[in-house]
Amino acid sequence: MVSILSAKNVTKQFGGLTAVNNLSVEIPEQSISSIIGPNGAGKTTFFNCITGFYTPEMGEIIFNGNRIDGLRSDQVTRLGISRTYQNIRLFSNLTAIENIMVGYEPHMKTNWLDAVIRTPRYHKDEKAAHEEAIKYLRFVGLAGLGDQVSRNLPYGAQRRLEIARALASKPSLLLLDEPTAGMNPHETLEMMHFIRNLRDSFGITILLIEHDMRLVMGISEQVTVLDFGEKIAEGLPKEIQTNTRVIEAYLGRGAATEGMATAHELTPKKKKS
Amino acid sequence: MSTFDWKKILQLGLIGGLVGVLIALVGMVEEFDERDIIAGTLSMGWTMLILTVLVTAYFAAGTSKMNNLLSIAAGALSGAVFSVVMSILTWMVDTFDLRQTLVNASPNLVKILTFEQGIPNGLIILIVAGAVVGALGSAIFILPDRYRKAVSLGLGMVAFLGLMQDIIQVSLAGFEGVSDAIVWMFGRGTESGLSVAGAIMVFLVVSIGNLLWETNAPKVNSQFNKLPQKSRRSLKWLGYGILFLVIIYLPAVLGLYLTEVVNATGLFILMGLGLNIVVGFAGLLDLGYVAFYAIGAYTVGVLTNLSGELTWSFGWNFWLALPAAIALAVFAGVMLGIPVLNMRGDYLAIVTLGFGEIIRILALSDFLKPSIGGSQGIVNIPPPQFLGVLVNNPQTLYYFIVAGAVLALFISQRLRDSRLGRSWKALREDEDVAQAMGINLVATKLMAFATGAAFSGLSGSILAAKLGTIYPHSFALLISINVLALIIVGGMGSIPGVFVGGLLLAGVPELLREFAEYRLLIYGALLVVMMQVRPEGFWPEATHKRELHEDSVDVELVAEGQEA
Repeated sequence: MVSILSAKNVTKQFGGLTAVNNLSVEIPEQSISSIIGPNGAGKTTFFNCITGFYTPEMGEIIFNGNRIDGLRSDQVTRLGISRTYQNIRLFSNLTAIENIMVGYEPHMKTNWLDAVIRTPRYHKDEKAAHEEAIKYLRFVGLAGLGDQVSRNLPYGAQRRLEIARALASKPSLLLLDEPTAGMNPHETLEMMHFIRNLRDSFGITILLIEHDMRLVMGISEQVTVLDFGEKIAEGLPKEIQTNTRVIEAYLGRGAATEGMATAHELTPKKKKS
Repeated sequence: MSTFDWKKILQLGLIGGLVGVLIALVGMVEEFDERDIIAGTLSMGWTMLILTVLVTAYFAAGTSKMNNLLSIAAGALSGAVFSVVMSILTWMVDTFDLRQTLVNASPNLVKILTFEQGIPNGLIILIVAGAVVGALGSAIFILPDRYRKAVSLGLGMVAFLGLMQDIIQVSLAGFEGVSDAIVWMFGRGTESGLSVAGAIMVFLVVSIGNLLWETNAPKVNSQFNKLPQKSRRSLKWLGYGILFLVIIYLPAVLGLYLTEVVNATGLFILMGLGLNIVVGFAGLLDLGYVAFYAIGAYTVGVLTNLSGELTWSFGWNFWLALPAAIALAVFAGVMLGIPVLNMRGDYLAIVTLGFGEIIRILALSDFLKPSIGGSQGIVNIPPPQFLGVLVNNPQTLYYFIVAGAVLALFISQRLRDSRLGRSWKALREDEDVAQAMGINLVATKLMAFATGAAFSGLSGSILAAKLGTIYPHSFALLISINVLALIIVGGMGSIPGVFVGGLLLAGVPELLREFAEYRLLIYGALLVVMMQVRPEGFWPEATHKRELHEDSVDVELVAEGQEA
């Protein structure tokens, strides 16, 4: 099993708060992997470290043999990682097609001079971007909605448009941050099939953050569980389901509120420093 | 269910009344009493008050679901309330001497507002008139959409022509054939404004014309679409050709003064096109935009002047200095851009504001006085020559400015529809996500600053050639604010919006010199109203239809037509 992404001892701190603590994860190529964990466990922070939004204080992230921690987010994208956001972040005043065309940006070669004098290169580039956009628009099932301003699209369509925009950069690793947030069970099931289809059609690796356990257990080949920034378990879905620490993290929280939080956060940090 | 919302209607009447009081107290009623819209019948001062009542009544009629009669009653009531407020003002001005603090609260104002009928009688007339005008305003509200549009347009046109009377008269005086019509419409020129007959005719022609157009436009449109593509294209080219001829012959028709106005507007539009890229496309709020205008003007000034008083007198040809000026403006744009790369919104605005002021103060400073003239500025900048023609009067400069504006228009349009334009818009919508899409923020932002600076530098260069002298005070902060305001009024990020905004905020004020004192007040009011009524601007940015190719649709239609 070749891993496309490997994080080694990644630590991200915000002032005194350690959001991601000494985290090491290997994501197998062409897999669907999930990161789960209670709220505030550092899942999105980890995503932000991978995509260049944050620079981790310690550790390294290797993608396809390149070290990517510390790179800017546009550089990371050009290497082949793209993502969606927990709270949808489309370019809301642009049409659906324009949103996807912006996603195609890493593959465009024209400069401003090409655009002003409309060289053949410009026409070729624009045509390619436009065709790709139409292709991904159809793939995510939004054919006919391409000229709508994206903020006017229904919620589910916005989610799918965000995925189309991420796909347009032709990533080899796609990060989905809670793709089914706010969806009903039926839509969640649809999304599950859609994600699987995505991987099978494009042969890409998918890493997702998800709260919906049915989805996670249904499609993941590897599940990583975070709690207070640390990895507490990793493995196949069925292994995770029976893991006592995971159950404790999810179910035992109410019982363990008094003092547990601080204990969890502080103990490993002391060890580290 | 008909309801009559007393409270709201009274409230609106009071607000309208306060606006009326403000208009009276800033002196507009009195100052514009002599200036007629319709000669001898309606002064501009009264027009402003009537307009206020009409608008108040229009809103009063729309407060709640009412039948037509109640709507008219609501309008009349709000108009009456307006007049009551005005009456109280009149009575107070008449009874107490307020001129110590409110210079415009003069006996003359009382005379005007009471129709010279004295206090009790005049005020009764005022209140009745207010109610009548209010009823008319709400009557406009209850008209069906089409008629409402036609009537408003007709009234607007009457007001516009009345305002512009002397300019129209002067510029058309040279044409023999139309002089009789002009005398009939505007009178002998001893009085201002339209003649009564002229006003009625303008109103009827515009309203009925609009009505006819509105009813027939869809038909005309579908007729046009039915035409084969070839003739459609040639019609389009015919349109462009006519536009081209109009542009070419415009200065000859307009005469010197109006051409000068068009030129001043053109320079603003040129700057507006540049700022539209920075603010409208890329969302980078730049309040120091005038700096590049100054840099363009000063570069041309330093390189071409023949004054002999400055340290350097290069005596360059204008056409050599122009690219240098644009290059220097671009350089300054990039230099400003680099330190503010990580700044957003308010912070960016403050820093750019400071930059604009620094440039102006540098121009004013004693430190640079030997090379750029300090407060005395640079004089004796020779007019450029083009193909042996000296570009030294408004009518030749006009072509130069039009060429600049067309170039800027062309470049902005092409950039907008390219990868760079999309990157700019993505940046405007969400900077972090834009970067995460692979957009190089540094290059994209600097391109926006550089392009904007280039257009502004070009505008400044033309200004230097146009005036022949430049002073630091021509580059005040207010210019940046004006350009920003014209973009906002026209519609952020909309290229045609820049032209609309330029005409409204640079062209019209230039024509209405008598408003000069009130210019900023009217600007402010216009902006506030705009933000309430039409926050997207007069001509908002259009979204492009891209999913269905127009061409492919055409091909199918043509194919079908051939088969049949």
